[in-house]
Amino acid sequence: MAELEAGAARARPVSPHLQIYRPMLTMMMSIVHRITGAALYFGILLLAWWLIAAAAGPNAYANVEWFMGTLIGKLVLFGYTWALLHHMLGGIRHLIWDTLHGLAPPEREWLTLATLIGSITLTLVVWVIGYLSLGGPR
Amino acid sequence: MTTPQHLRTPMRRVRGLGAAHSGTAHFWHQRVTSIAGIPLTIALLVIVVALVGRSHATVVQVLASPLVAIIMLLFVINSAYHMWIGMQEIILDYVHDEKWKLLSLMANTFYVIVTALACCYAILKLSFGV
Repeated sequence: MAELEAGAARARPVSPHLQIYRPMLTMMMSIVHRITGAALYFGILLLAWWLIAAAAGPNAYANVEWFMGTLIGKLVLFGYTWALLHHMLGGIRHLIWDTLHGLAPPEREWLTLATLIGSITLTLVVWVIGYLSLGGPR
Repeated sequence: MTTPQHLRTPMRRVRGLGAAHSGTAHFWHQRVTSIAGIPLTIALLVIVVALVGRSHATVVQVLASPLVAIIMLLFVINSAYHMWIGMQEIILDYVHDEKWKLLSLMANTFYVIVTALACCYAILKLSFGV
């Protein structure tokens, strides 16, 4: 029984985990869906801050506007926009899969790529519209 | 016919199991809130983009209008429930220690209620203008 004593544990074979598989887009987007979901979970604090500041008054609102105008603020907001859109499109993909459609190899790859390209495109569209509307009436 | 070892049917033993000790209700509710979230997210983006760079007075006026306020309230409440289920799922996947599991599930509930209530209170305050 000497090999069972503390400190003499042998490396036993374990079932294969993620690192043994070739990285694929579907598995990457699977974890990205969870990561964006978790990011949005904390990202709602931005929405809460914005709403509370608007309700609190012009001074509090000016603080939010200042932060959102900084480079870090813009990056956070840009990331939030992408996470929101990516999680929404990823969710639509999962809803399609829930109906047992789009699960064949070419379809699932195509759908997954479409959510990634779609989220990046839509994020850029939202920001371009946002910047264009900045010149509008105050 | 042999005498059963116990009176519980296999279905009874299947029901109520899983890491959360509950059934598939949350799975279904996550789908319902995800479908509701699609139009609400699009509406939120339209509202926020329309208000970027506007004066505080304009922002207050728009957020206080009934249609916008109702959409914002729906977004917050729908997202809060969706977030609560989603984070619970993440916790149940990765936190196996009973003590930490219990504490993190509790923290999830507190966090979601506090953020949702804060958002709702702000929206209602803007709406009623007090």
